[in-house]
Amino acid sequence: MPVKILTEHINVPGIDTFEVYRKMGGYTAVEKALKKMTPDEIVEEVKKSGVRGRGGAGFPMGMKWSFLAKPEGVPRYLVCNADESEPGTFKDHYLMKNNPHLLIEGMIVSSFALGANKSFIYVRGELMYVIHILERAIEEAKAAGFLGKNILGTGYDLELVVQPGGGAYICGEETALLESLEGKRGNPRNKPPFPAVKGLYQCPTVVNNVESISNTPWIVNNGGEAYAALGVGRSTGTKLISVSGHVNKPGVYEIPLGITVEDFIYADEWCGGIRPGHHLKAVVAGGSSVPILPANLILTLANGDKRLMTYESLSDGGFATGTMLGSGGFIVMDETTCIVRNTLTFARFYHHESCGQCSPCREGTGWMDKVLDRIEHGKGNMRDIDLLVDVAKKIEGNTICPLGDAAAWPIAAAIRHFRHEFEWHVTHPLEATKPGAVYRGEMELV
Amino acid sequence: MTETTHTVAFTTERLAKAKEIIARYPEGKQKSALLPLLHLAQEQYGWVSPEVMDYVAGLLTILPIEVYEVASFYTMFHLDPVGKHVIEYCRTGPCCLMGGEDVYGYLKTKLGIDTGETTADGKFTIKEVECLAACGWGPVFQVREKYYMNLTNDKIDEIIDELSKD
Ligand SMILES: NC(=O)C1=CN([C@@H]2O[C@H](COP(=O)(O)OP(=O)(O)OC[C@H]3O[C@@H](n4cnc5c(N)ncnc54)[C@H](O)[C@@H]3O)[C@@H](O)[C@H]2O)C=CC1
Ligand SMILES: Cc1cc2nc3c(=O)[nH]c(=O)nc-3n(C[C@H](O)[C@H](O)[C@H](O)COP(=O)(O)O)c2cc1C
Ligand code: SF4
Ligand code: FES
Repeated sequence: MPVKILTEHINVPGIDTFEVYRKMGGYTAVEKALKKMTPDEIVEEVKKSGVRGRGGAGFPMGMKWSFLAKPEGVPRYLVCNADESEPGTFKDHYLMKNNPHLLIEGMIVSSFALGANKSFIYVRGELMYVIHILERAIEEAKAAGFLGKNILGTGYDLELVVQPGGGAYICGEETALLESLEGKRGNPRNKPPFPAVKGLYQCPTVVNNVESISNTPWIVNNGGEAYAALGVGRSTGTKLISVSGHVNKPGVYEIPLGITVEDFIYADEWCGGIRPGHHLKAVVAGGSSVPILPANLILTLANGDKRLMTYESLSDGGFATGTMLGSGGFIVMDETTCIVRNTLTFARFYHHESCGQCSPCREGTGWMDKVLDRIEHGKGNMRDIDLLVDVAKKIEGNTICPLGDAAAWPIAAAIRHFRHEFEWHVTHPLEATKPGAVYRGEMELV
Repeated sequence: MTETTHTVAFTTERLAKAKEIIARYPEGKQKSALLPLLHLAQEQYGWVSPEVMDYVAGLLTILPIEVYEVASFYTMFHLDPVGKHVIEYCRTGPCCLMGGEDVYGYLKTKLGIDTGETTADGKFTIKEVECLAACGWGPVFQVREKYYMNLTNDKIDEIIDELSKD
């Protein structure tokens, strides 16, 4: 059985209570960290672990921690990003609702390492029921002396605040999140300065994803080297993958990084294959923001080797033949999926979610939405397809935050790999607009 | 239907909660309490009217405009009256792959209203929202704090029956 760092006890009845969590070995990392380690030693272990940010960008966590500015007399903050809104991604939701104490234990250990005395968990407002679960768990931890003043008699104080969002995808972008946490509209800030230098209330701040922080108790208990021994190359440890779409078993899986994509899709231990009688057509491997790949390219690299579930292997081939691990939102599509329609729902999403600050993103997402809608409804022409590619190119790299790129890439990739489907919508408008119509021409299914 | 009140004020219980929330933030940073307070207000009134926003501004000693610009940015706040039960269904790609469009179509036919509308008896409002972070358990909608997942037409019948009772 592969090692499970985050989900080993997730099905234990009552694991969401302090009592059961503690019985299963919970909060030992807090004892070890606060009583036997210095903050710098913890940062060192996290560095050694090689764990990379699980929010999607994959930035090394230990390195980010060591970049945290430490001016005299200025408070430092840790903010957990639980805004999880990337279509296809629901791992943090799963982890927090089932095992809230794991995140809280991680927050305590991480806050101690960073020298923060007040830390925040920013949860998307729609997950109000999860906020209640976290708040109850915080109360339990406080009652047991693991939070609040003078934790375990060590002199270390920590207060945890759970903050609700208000329904805005952009608030997952870390600087928009900080604006939102300050009670403002979620407009991203220019980077640099990075939050590590100027973050919440202009103070040095580390923003980390739920899953990233939830890894820290295990790293404290077992050491960074043990963590780094899992996985492959620079993709160390395990990763939560949220699977949606046409597989037999959608859900959240903790995989050791480095298994093959093929195994992940077809093995009974994971997705259990494509639903009966159907074939794999395409996969969006890392949340809606990453390029879609057709079946043959997601399973195999250009050199014929099997593609692996790692940061490096998924991005092998660049955007020509590769994609990204991103947030681990793995969306699987069989031959009943209309790529044009799916691309349109994503385009609509980004149009809706653009904060409107930069004109390429604000205007471009609206434009792409409109043109795709035209094509999907049989009113497009061939020039529209190139127009989409052109608009996508103009957005890319020209915006304050990467939402613009995230809107552009999936559309460019869909046209790159499935151009014939867009053309079919133009040349066969009557057929293509029938309810449930799907292109059935030349397709490489697996 | 949601009542429009002329004298807006939190219930005693909510006012205590509001004070506790404001105290969570460092001194002078009470504006951070804005989103939590708007949620609290919407919980009490069903939507956030201009009067409610002014009241929240007063509690935080910030300008009313600071509340308006925030409330209008975030999709969860209803700036107009809504039905007793607001059904917010996820219209994003992965839920559609799981059969979302058919199921939501059934919901709309059953209630006889379209997205953004409220039933004549004021019981139900339907709204489209984007991904609710439950994609593998789709199709999904949310009514207040509750998630309803793996929706089918039969399940929708049950849920609407249940909600109609109160
Ligand atoms: N989980 C989800 O729901 C979603 C995830 N994403 C992911 O977000 C990613 C983009 O995120 P960004 O934060 O814009 O990426 P980024 O590469 O700018 O930053 C990643 C992290 O490293 C830190 N960092 C980078 N360079 C630094 C430096 N020199 N000093 C200090 N800190 C530094 C940043 O502050 C940030 O915390 C995308 O790749 C996408 O996969 C996007 C949408 C939703
Ligand atoms: C539009 C947009 C939305 C994002 N949404 C999230 C999110 O919901 N959760 C998250 O952890 N990171 C999200 N990110 C990435 C964050 O900006 C940031 O990189 C991350 O929280 C850092 O934590 P990590 O290093 O632990 O991954 C988003 C980025 C962008 C551009
Ligand atoms: S790229 Fe889009 S979402 Fe990001 S800051 Fe600019 S307008 Fe806002
Ligand atoms: S796409 Fe519907 S919950 Fe994510």
